Amino acid sequence: MSETGVLGPIVPAFAAIGRPAIAAFAIVGRVAMFAGRAIARGATPPWYPLRLAEQLLLMGWFALPVAAITALFTGAVLAQQIYIGGSRFNAESSVPTVVVIAMIRELGPLLTGLMIAGRASSAMAAEIGTMRVTEQLDAMETLRTDPYRYLIAPRLLACVIALPALVMVANVIGIFGGYLLSIYKFGFNPSSYLETTARVIVSDDIVISLVKAAVFGFIIALMGCYHGMNAGGGAAGVGRATTNGVVSAFVLILLANLLLTVAAFG
Amino acid sequence: MSGPAKIELIDVAKRFGDNVVLDGLDLRVEPGESLAIIGGSGSGKSVTIKCILGLMTPDRGRIFVDGEEVTAMKPGERERARAKFGMLFQGGALFDSLSVWRNVTFALTRGHFVRPREMRRVAEENLEKVGLGREVMELRPSELSGGMQKRVALARAIAPRPEIIFFDEPTTGLDPIRADVINDLICELVEDLGVTALTITHDMASASKIAHRIAMLYDGRIVWSGPRDRLYDCGNPYVEQFVQGRAEGPIT
Repeated sequence: MSETGVLGPIVPAFAAIGRPAIAAFAIVGRVAMFAGRAIARGATPPWYPLRLAEQLLLMGWFALPVAAITALFTGAVLAQQIYIGGSRFNAESSVPTVVVIAMIRELGPLLTGLMIAGRASSAMAAEIGTMRVTEQLDAMETLRTDPYRYLIAPRLLACVIALPALVMVANVIGIFGGYLLSIYKFGFNPSSYLETTARVIVSDDIVISLVKAAVFGFIIALMGCYHGMNAGGGAAGVGRATTNGVVSAFVLILLANLLLTVAAFG
Repeated sequence: MSGPAKIELIDVAKRFGDNVVLDGLDLRVEPGESLAIIGGSGSGKSVTIKCILGLMTPDRGRIFVDGEEVTAMKPGERERARAKFGMLFQGGALFDSLSVWRNVTFALTRGHFVRPREMRRVAEENLEKVGLGREVMELRPSELSGGMQKRVALARAIAPRPEIIFFDEPTTGLDPIRADVINDLICELVEDLGVTALTITHDMASASKIAHRIAMLYDGRIVWSGPRDRLYDCGNPYVEQFVQGRAEGPIT
């Protein structure tokens, strides 16, 4: 009736907007249900401490070089740009202050999150996706082991624990990168640089840095596991799951970073 | 037929989008019976097993195991019911990240690393039953040939001593001698241990050897069911076309 009535011409336009909107809400709903199920199952026994330890090693310890190198170069580049930019206003001395604030509040958690997302979300999506298409997940269920408890919960918890630790290390190394460049290239006095650095570090910034890291860790594991569990269609399906896992983790980390920054710093 | 069936499916239906896979399937497997389901690719054989195992939920119908309706069970009850089941997947579905002995004992440990000495012994016993020695115990599945993977998967399926075992194409990918070893093992499980077996296969020689009864699945329903010695002269046009491998006939 509406197709032929007054609203007829605009119905297709509404439909064109409505269909993707409904699809987007459906995806959000499925991811939320997946996360809820993983948290609920992970909160009740049986627990798998060895699997958690294995994931902590993979997501934390083995990811340390990537996080450290990223932070070192970022801190150094940051110092270079702040020095050049600051010299236009005779504000070269602001280098240690801006490096600390930028690293702890933003670049430390964000870049570490993105780097670990590239490494861990893809690995999780590929591994769990392969298990899905080769029926290993079905086999696990028939062997009376819940994949949410055995595979998903340890990964979520490991990432939520490992990311804050990695970000703290990255923050320190990033600040050190800025220190090295400032001392050896721009001739800053080492002791006054360190003194300024120590003075501008505040506990609120560290807390927000850790909160961001924990949220990013959750997103990384959630996206990797969700896309892996929903992989289908053989090798091509696993490839799609891997790509989707990384891309969605990147986008959600950037969105979460914006929301957390606005919430924390107004 | 008087007592409760080991497995009973009543009017089970399952569709994926527009594709109707099961359409009012009725099936009954008696305790200690070995039933083979034959049918073309995509006829719903694997879906039938996955519905019984609770890996898929049928759109309609009821499934009973030992008189208990598994389709109405809550997740905890379903997990308990699964203790009765063993399953040999078509591709083996061994866990890549675990050694052979941990794969074999996975159902007993439920994935935990516990009682390793005892579990190694259990794994060795079960591997021996499928013709594999202790030298494979520490290997990863990727280090085994396809046939060896299948035998390890069979050892994993029988390790918890299930009452019902499902075999999804048990002889696919095996040479004729190894295939016959697997067939003998399935016969042994059914005859000696009283296990109920439900096998889906394209291998007519295997079906004729391991099954007491054979059922043909076509168009989402059982179109014929009878004793194995009637397979080649049952008079059913679907079965005749299928077992003779003819392109012409009612199966399109």
